[in-house]
Amino acid sequence: MKCQSWRRIQRCLLLAVAMLSAAVRADELTIAVASNFTAPMQEITRQFEKRSGHKVRLAFGSSGKFFAQISHGAPYHAFFSADQDKPQRLDKLGQTTKDSRFTYAEGKLVLWSSEPGVVDAKGTVLNQGAYNKLAIANPKLAPYGAAALEVLRHLQIEEQSRTHWILGENISQTYQFVASGNADLGLVALSQVLKNGEVTSGSAWIVPTQLYRPIRQDAVILKRGTELPALREFWAFVQSEEARAIIRAYGYNTPAPAASNSNNRREAPIHNTGHNHAE
Amino acid sequence: MLSDADLTAIWLTLRLATTVTVLLLLLGTPLALWLARTSSPFKGPVSALVALPLVLPPTVLGFYLLIFMGPSGPLGRFTEMLGMGTLPFTFWGLVVASLLYSLPFVVQPIQNAIEAQGARPAEVAATLRAGPWDRFWHVTLPLARPGILTASVLGFAHTVGEFGVVLMIGGNIPGETRVVSVQIYDHVEALEYTQAHWLSAAMIGFSFFILLLLYRLQHRKSASGMRYGI
Repeated sequence: MKCQSWRRIQRCLLLAVAMLSAAVRADELTIAVASNFTAPMQEITRQFEKRSGHKVRLAFGSSGKFFAQISHGAPYHAFFSADQDKPQRLDKLGQTTKDSRFTYAEGKLVLWSSEPGVVDAKGTVLNQGAYNKLAIANPKLAPYGAAALEVLRHLQIEEQSRTHWILGENISQTYQFVASGNADLGLVALSQVLKNGEVTSGSAWIVPTQLYRPIRQDAVILKRGTELPALREFWAFVQSEEARAIIRAYGYNTPAPAASNSNNRREAPIHNTGHNHAE
Repeated sequence: MLSDADLTAIWLTLRLATTVTVLLLLLGTPLALWLARTSSPFKGPVSALVALPLVLPPTVLGFYLLIFMGPSGPLGRFTEMLGMGTLPFTFWGLVVASLLYSLPFVVQPIQNAIEAQGARPAEVAATLRAGPWDRFWHVTLPLARPGILTASVLGFAHTVGEFGVVLMIGGNIPGETRVVSVQIYDHVEALEYTQAHWLSAAMIGFSFFILLLLYRLQHRKSASGMRYGI
């Protein structure tokens, strides 16, 4: 009996040692990702893990929450925000790796209903007001919400649609409101309703990009990730053409790396703490 | 300090908590009475159902309520049939959610209080020819008063503190579903930490006060020999 349990302990120890030594070679990365980027990020990391043997743990949520957590020491190695403002602020707070920031994607909006035949090819359903609830992300909190508000302003239906608004705290909750049928319409991220480059369920109108400013999304390496070679590898991978093709397949634009780098430099004044975070 | 939006949220929260507490006392007291007196085999399962919100994460409750009250859920179909539309994103949707969420906080103290007095007082009243209604109204209920007080305070306070469920079914509509906890969340998400501090401090003060009140009441009751409730 005694002998048996001793053998079991030995076996456990051996296993632990084996796992530890494996961990030395394959790093584990922990990355915070804005919820609109969930699907493409899962695919990118799947490819990356296959190729590199490293392990990537992903946390999805709202950028505001991640910002608060990171500035209070949350153990993430990198952060993919839904906007440019929060990575910039983290830069200024000295929480990031110098010059790691780049624009990984430009998001697009789609007017979507989980029912077929509700949204027409030109989105006139919005003007006609023939709907009950319109889900948008909270414009104060989410860049996709701010863009949605811009669209409604452009179409001059901000006031008349206001009583129909249902605000999601981030874009995935907004999507959830529409997907569950509780809101008949919603302005959500194109990436959420796209599968293999096609809108496969319900009905949708891809909002023309002239109606809102581009939703530029920046990523940064955080202090904890600075020294990790695996993260450097990952950074190179997300900027590779292969990853950019995945990102585009989910309905994002991928701005040219050079162009995004040029507005990455620390040109913003340090004392700028204006509340333009919805941008 | 507190903005207009904050005050609207506070007012809405108080309205919600009051509505829920009143409804829960009306629905929870008969349920507690039944649970305290019954020897039915359903007592166990029903008690477990009542206590379920204590252990369930609010997101589970919110998730199922969103489906249950939505246009393809049973309750959603029913309310649509009545011409009321669906409940998510409305004040009454929050009321329904809070009723479930705060149920154990009201039922359990009342049940405890009734169980603690035992069957004896009602039996004595029966020998004096008091009918069932008379016994309930003039014997059982007054004796259970400390438990009912506890239930009201806890039900109210717990509804005020609700967050996860509201976030999932509320839709964040000012004056309709944006309660204090969601408003604080909004402030934090928008990096408006000062406003978040003010409102949070107000919540802490309020919660402390209400618990202090509760313990005062408890203490007074126990001093006079009635140790019921929590």
